[in-house]
Amino acid sequence: MTPRYPPEMLSVLDRPNSYIGKTVPRPNLDRLMQGRGLYVSDLELPRMAHVVFLRSPHAHARILGIEMSAARRMPGVIAIVSGSELASVITPWVGVLSHLKGLKSAPQSAIAIDRVCWQGEAVAAVVAASRAQAEDAAERVSVEYAALDAATDMLTALDPATPVIHGSLGDNLAFERNHDAGNVDQAFADADAVVEAEFVFGRHTGVTLEPRSVVADWNAGEARLTIYQGTQAPHMVQNIAALHLGLNESQVRVVCKDVGGSFGIKVHIYADEMATYALAKLLRRPIKFVADRVESFNTDIHARDHRCKGRIGVKRDGAITAFEIDDLTGIGPYSMYPRTSAIEANQVVNLVGGPYVTRNYRARARVVFQNKNVMCQYRAVGHPIACSVTESLVDLAAMKIGIDPIEIRRRNLIADDAYPCVSPSGLRFEQLSHHAALAKLVKMMEYDRLRAEQAILRAKNIHRGIGIASFIEVTNPSAAFYGVGGAKISSQDGVAVRLDAQGSVICQTSITEQGQGSESLTAQIVGSVLGVSMDRVRVVLGDTDNTPYGGGTWASRGAGIGGEAALQASKALRKNVLDVAAAILQSTPGELEIVNGRVVSVADGTPRIELSELARIVYFRPDTLPPGIQPELMATRHFVPREYPFAFTNGVQASWLEVDTDTGFVKLLKHWVVEDCGTIINPQLVDEQIRGGVVQGLGAALFEKCVYDERGQLTNANMVDYLVPMPGEMPDIDVGHVVSPTLESELGAKGAGEAGTAGAAAAVSNAVNDALMPLGVTITEIPLTPQVILTALGKI
Amino acid sequence: MDTVAVALHVNGDYVEANVLPRLNLADFLREHLQLTGTHVGCEHGVCGACTVRMNGEIVRSCLMLAAQAHRSSVETIEGMSDSGEIADLQAAFRDRNALQCGFCTPGMLIAAQDLLQQSPQPDREQIREHLSGNYCRCTGYQAIVDAIETIARQRAGRSP
Amino acid sequence: MKASAFAYARATSVSEALELLVVHGESAKVLSGGQSLMPAMNLRLISPEFIVDIGGLTELGGIAVERGILTIGALTRHVDLLKSTEIAAHAPLLTQAVAHIAHPAVRNRGTIGGSLAHADPASELPACMITLGAVIIARGPLGERRIAAEEFFRGIYETALLPHELLVAVELPVAPEGSTHFFHEFSRRRGDFAIVGLAAQAIVRDGQFVDLRLGFFAVGDRPLLAKSGSKLIGVPVTRTVLSEACSALSEELSPMGDQQATPAMRRYLAKILLARCVGSLLSRADLGLGGEE
Repeated sequence: MTPRYPPEMLSVLDRPNSYIGKTVPRPNLDRLMQGRGLYVSDLELPRMAHVVFLRSPHAHARILGIEMSAARRMPGVIAIVSGSELASVITPWVGVLSHLKGLKSAPQSAIAIDRVCWQGEAVAAVVAASRAQAEDAAERVSVEYAALDAATDMLTALDPATPVIHGSLGDNLAFERNHDAGNVDQAFADADAVVEAEFVFGRHTGVTLEPRSVVADWNAGEARLTIYQGTQAPHMVQNIAALHLGLNESQVRVVCKDVGGSFGIKVHIYADEMATYALAKLLRRPIKFVADRVESFNTDIHARDHRCKGRIGVKRDGAITAFEIDDLTGIGPYSMYPRTSAIEANQVVNLVGGPYVTRNYRARARVVFQNKNVMCQYRAVGHPIACSVTESLVDLAAMKIGIDPIEIRRRNLIADDAYPCVSPSGLRFEQLSHHAALAKLVKMMEYDRLRAEQAILRAKNIHRGIGIASFIEVTNPSAAFYGVGGAKISSQDGVAVRLDAQGSVICQTSITEQGQGSESLTAQIVGSVLGVSMDRVRVVLGDTDNTPYGGGTWASRGAGIGGEAALQASKALRKNVLDVAAAILQSTPGELEIVNGRVVSVADGTPRIELSELARIVYFRPDTLPPGIQPELMATRHFVPREYPFAFTNGVQASWLEVDTDTGFVKLLKHWVVEDCGTIINPQLVDEQIRGGVVQGLGAALFEKCVYDERGQLTNANMVDYLVPMPGEMPDIDVGHVVSPTLESELGAKGAGEAGTAGAAAAVSNAVNDALMPLGVTITEIPLTPQVILTALGKI
Repeated sequence: MDTVAVALHVNGDYVEANVLPRLNLADFLREHLQLTGTHVGCEHGVCGACTVRMNGEIVRSCLMLAAQAHRSSVETIEGMSDSGEIADLQAAFRDRNALQCGFCTPGMLIAAQDLLQQSPQPDREQIREHLSGNYCRCTGYQAIVDAIETIARQRAGRSP
Repeated sequence: MKASAFAYARATSVSEALELLVVHGESAKVLSGGQSLMPAMNLRLISPEFIVDIGGLTELGGIAVERGILTIGALTRHVDLLKSTEIAAHAPLLTQAVAHIAHPAVRNRGTIGGSLAHADPASELPACMITLGAVIIARGPLGERRIAAEEFFRGIYETALLPHELLVAVELPVAPEGSTHFFHEFSRRRGDFAIVGLAAQAIVRDGQFVDLRLGFFAVGDRPLLAKSGSKLIGVPVTRTVLSEACSALSEELSPMGDQQATPAMRRYLAKILLARCVGSLLSRADLGLGGEE
């Protein structure tokens, strides 16, 4: 195709042969489909030993002594290491950030030293030639414990009678945030109806199919530690491992190959992973730790577990006057490192009421310690709670004044032309599209037809429900998320692109790949901007030795931040290439363009020089270039949003389901999502992020819950008893889009990784309550198990 | 502990080994034969990641001792890929982005092929039923069902 | 999560297997399909010292029908039951029930003998056995014993099998002429263990039950052949009659609580299942869940 305009007048979106906005298959899927990926759990190194952690059976206990001699005599045992022995190699940490004012936590060690604070905390490391032998030996280690009273119930964590988990902190309150905007009391007084409810969210966890896995290899000869780990944030791991092992960052390399699922589970620093790094240094050999499934349930971060009281005021005409919430969450005995465990509650305060115009909003969130496994950020941090509370309250208000759920949203969602604006919690919105999204959803789901069908079926005693949930999503976080609080977590990302000697492109990026499509979207952008086909772009990621410095892939930031860095780096390289081409061709850069891997004339598209030929000249015959020309066939750019702390996205979800009121079983029939993540780089990848995210939300809505007993024992730490969503029960999900690009970047992309999870459970809850409306029952608890539904219906 | 002699075919190759009785088939494939395409997700028979084919039928390799595979013929994702048997399914998975992290994918593909061999024209419900023991945390399953449905139609000679 | 070490022997005959069981006593476990044993061993919930692998004993396979008796060898796998035309013809309840057992890959390995000997109170086949009036054949060093299914299941994972005995086969009377059946279970997801399940077989004539056998599972420590079914036999079934049968059923149950359901919920769901079963077998939509006329 012949370009008709000077290239600089075209955005990357409209360049000839652009991949932007096109569904193209991800590169390198064949490797994974043929079983030829390289996950950390597959990795074997010479002299590698396996570590198994002996874990506390008590929720809270003092360690009186550890007897290891019998275990040390077991076959294959290399070492058995206690917490105090390991403390000589690695220092403890405290998971606090300064911008979360008042957040406190206690020092946490890689392996417990005097005291265990949750069932599953490691008390000793058993290193042996094989995992099985290490497990055999672990059974022979005997630990003498003195059980301590455990604080397990978050509702009583702050009671004077409840034991304080960390005496030095004074109480079990980790963090509290209060927010008051507008005139809430007046707004409730002015309301024609006020509805309140208490919402209960089950504690659940990520259940990545590949458990957390690390191989740490200390090479004493190089004085260098190589960490092979399935992580979302290699540079963060590098920084923290170095800090606590007393090394320079240059002595730590983090390599992240294929990762079997992450979802926020693999963005934290876990004690057992720190212990594995330390063991490698201590024992001067590669150590492999692969959590087994039971360990995963007991030690992978848990999430949610909130109880939130909510109140909404509404006028007879449907205008919402105010929101008020009081949120409580229990995070386990430590605030997680380095991102802290206060973020989810903080997000709840930030996000409640977010889609709506009302300015009156009061919130309190309290975060308490308890003797259970740690909680921290998992996909859509805080969003499902804020969305469920908000959207349930909106539905309850609509029900109270007798208007349709769609109608009350139409009346209260922020108008699409009202941006930029600020939310009641102080969030700045650049451009959202709630009304366009809602209109599209209503059309996609044929809302009126479904309502008619629902009415007919109700007459036959079939109870189907429609649930709607509008949402906003935090994406593209700037340093406001972690950096300002002192965390060494980069909010910027870097991309380096270079031409190889055959005119192909090598691109190194600091974002990481766990299946989202980071590699694909990077190649699409680079290929589009440079004018080369994607199959000539090789993307390198997940290696601190071989990529620019950057944050990684989390908080829906890969496309928006890493993608923009790729775009800018590619533009810079294109300029460099055209400068050289102009010199070679005795032309000017403005007269030239790159199309399909060759430099062509802008005027008529005439091929002028192949990139392979240009590269040959530059690399092998620079002597033939005009004097004074020093080609730079490599360019690096970094990017971080500066204007807005977060690029908010928005959307709306709907659920259509049937409740068997005799049995309490819910059958999901269909789910719809309309979302607006700005510029869409690859529609299929966005849709699949949404679908996968929705199903994680559906798991929370119906199935997933970590069940603890009153002694702090996790009673369902296996995949038979902890129910994840499986293919048989999940619905088909239709996804639609509205596109409002962010102007913060040339690319205009915002994130899409968490939108699905943010609103799915809210849509399901609202649908169940819609189905049960004729029976006069409202349920404000998830998961919506048959037990919960039958109880609410008064059947049992 | 005494070892057990096993002799079997793996992806067509004859393999003899002396294994500890407690070694399960998944670990035998992964650690002894370095066939790491067979993944271990739960080790208690729930997630389906370790699905392989034994004597033409799908089994969970974490729920079998290597010793039980004596005189059997085992096929793993590596073998089924190299033979070209599931090339069309793999292409459909790629085109439909029916995998994200890829950890469940070998098990999914083997289960899908098993379905299509037994039931050439399954509907979406039957596809979901047959995969009901294979866990995927990434995709939400729809893309996987779509890909399998496409190949079922294609193999039946109908256009997708 | 690796199994503890054990010694292993691949039995080449039933008599050899029995000898091994005699020698190793209670420290030995019989490995058939392994679909219940292997998870428990991987989780180290059990750590047997000796495994007797009977998987190669072809003499324990096969399905045969002779003189009104269906004989199923212990090593008959779930998938074999599912695909067997003999089973479909003579014990169609089993065909239907087996489809609810776990997932295809598990059904390809799991065996009827293993399932019955494991005696999980939430599993399908034990309930089917009591409904169908099966006889379980156990062979020991002193010969064979025939045990009525109702006598066989003694508690959670407990059976009438002695440590030195091997379950070798089950015998079922073929389904009587004109019989009909009902199978349903409430489980959270496909293939999960049932919260409550019912395997029923009946003979219906002129809108009334001539015979009705109700095998409930996951309602106690063992499958239950509900006596309350007798209240529905030989009478016109009305909503009141159904309601009375449901109340009587409730009295019979001693359900346990677990992750998925409290005892009260199990009791309640068992009554729902009974009502749905009766409505289905009698083709009566009007009965609903029973109740006052």
